[in-house]
Amino acid sequence: MQADAEFVARDPAAHPPALTPIYKTSVFRAPHRPLLSLQNSLSDVTGPVFGQDELGPLDADLVLNYARDGGAPIGERIIVHGRVLDGGARPIPGVLVEFWQANAAGRYRHRNDNFDAPIDPNFGGCGRCLTDAEGRYAFRTVMPGPYPYRNRVNDWRPGHIHFSVFGSGFAQRLITQMYFEGDPLIRHDSILQTVPDPAARERLVALLDLNASVPLHTLAYRWDIVLRGQRSTLFENRLQGN
Amino acid sequence: MIPRDPLGYLPETPSQTAGPYVHIGLIPRQAGFDIFDNNLGETLVTPATQGTRIRVEGRIFDGTGALVRDALVEVWQANAAGRYAHPADHQARKAEDPSFRGWGRTGTDFATGIWAFETIKPGPVAGRAGHRAMAPHLNLWIVARGINLGLATRLYFGDEEAANAADPVLNVIEQPDRRKTLIARPEARDGHIAYVFDIRLQGDGETVFFDI
Repeated sequence: MQADAEFVARDPAAHPPALTPIYKTSVFRAPHRPLLSLQNSLSDVTGPVFGQDELGPLDADLVLNYARDGGAPIGERIIVHGRVLDGGARPIPGVLVEFWQANAAGRYRHRNDNFDAPIDPNFGGCGRCLTDAEGRYAFRTVMPGPYPYRNRVNDWRPGHIHFSVFGSGFAQRLITQMYFEGDPLIRHDSILQTVPDPAARERLVALLDLNASVPLHTLAYRWDIVLRGQRSTLFENRLQGN
Repeated sequence: MIPRDPLGYLPETPSQTAGPYVHIGLIPRQAGFDIFDNNLGETLVTPATQGTRIRVEGRIFDGTGALVRDALVEVWQANAAGRYAHPADHQARKAEDPSFRGWGRTGTDFATGIWAFETIKPGPVAGRAGHRAMAPHLNLWIVARGINLGLATRLYFGDEEAANAADPVLNVIEQPDRRKTLIARPEARDGHIAYVFDIRLQGDGETVFFDI
């Protein structure tokens, strides 16, 4: 394994700590012991590789991928797009990006969601795509609605889309959530507040991108994702015993 | 759009919990609907895959001892020869297996809390330069409601005592008792071997999780 295949150490300050009492479910699911820090091995710098032929033609179009013949989901159509970059600002091509969300009424198509809001018969709420050669991803969906959840008695989630991202190595694996510029629930959200650094929270908010919208048809939001960068080692200690 | 630091680096996007409905996006059939023709990660092994068939299974417990029944578990592993299906694996004399990607995912069962993979036993993998080989292992990654940043751990095999004793990662764990949290227990099942691996998120017997 080449030293330059290793990833730079994760900056814990960029992330929520495991134990965040404001988000109560974390209290009994957070490890109490410190994570054991490991230098990368082959197990960490490698990761699954996906091909375009594994995806369906409508996988990145949530407006159509669960719609009945002639039907369409209710809600404000939007395009969400951006790039997947590494910490060195290099685009990461060919990586799998997956996304899931509630419908326009704030209801998930999930057997455990019993929020009193309608299921949309034309909306599944999930999709996926691969980044292109410049690291770009894009999909079409409808604006997800806010919904209440059990944390404090009157906690509401701002509209958000969940993202799952693979990098080139399994150590880059990331799941997160994207919010929408201007949503007044953002400042009340307990789950976003688990991220201690306000500047880091800002990086989870997508911006309205009129230039990427489709005039007379669809608005667009832009959100870039950054995964850990790879080391650029100019000199490496000579290892003993080789 | 994302401010760079003074050296020009970009900060990593913050993690957020996968939430209670992670199944919709990643294993939609468990959420209760069928949307994709190809459910990625559902099957690891085909009849053409080389290697010894095994089952690995376990449960996940929270700090009160209750089952975590809404978690997602991913596995990343080498093939039977100990090679990863990835261009960064340059190990000599280890054949690729075109019928094995080595990645899968599943959910803990909403009722029983059990997760399981039907896979093959991986071979040993070269360690870091200057270190001994790593014993056969599965890399596991766990996300769920209440987990703010995915938890990485490793499953080692209880019937690989000699290889485990020499493993450079297990040996980084200072307390011998904590090493045991990464060893799966073999059990005979209908002519196959099942390895049982329970994960404890917090408290007594807490599983060793890695910052990689």
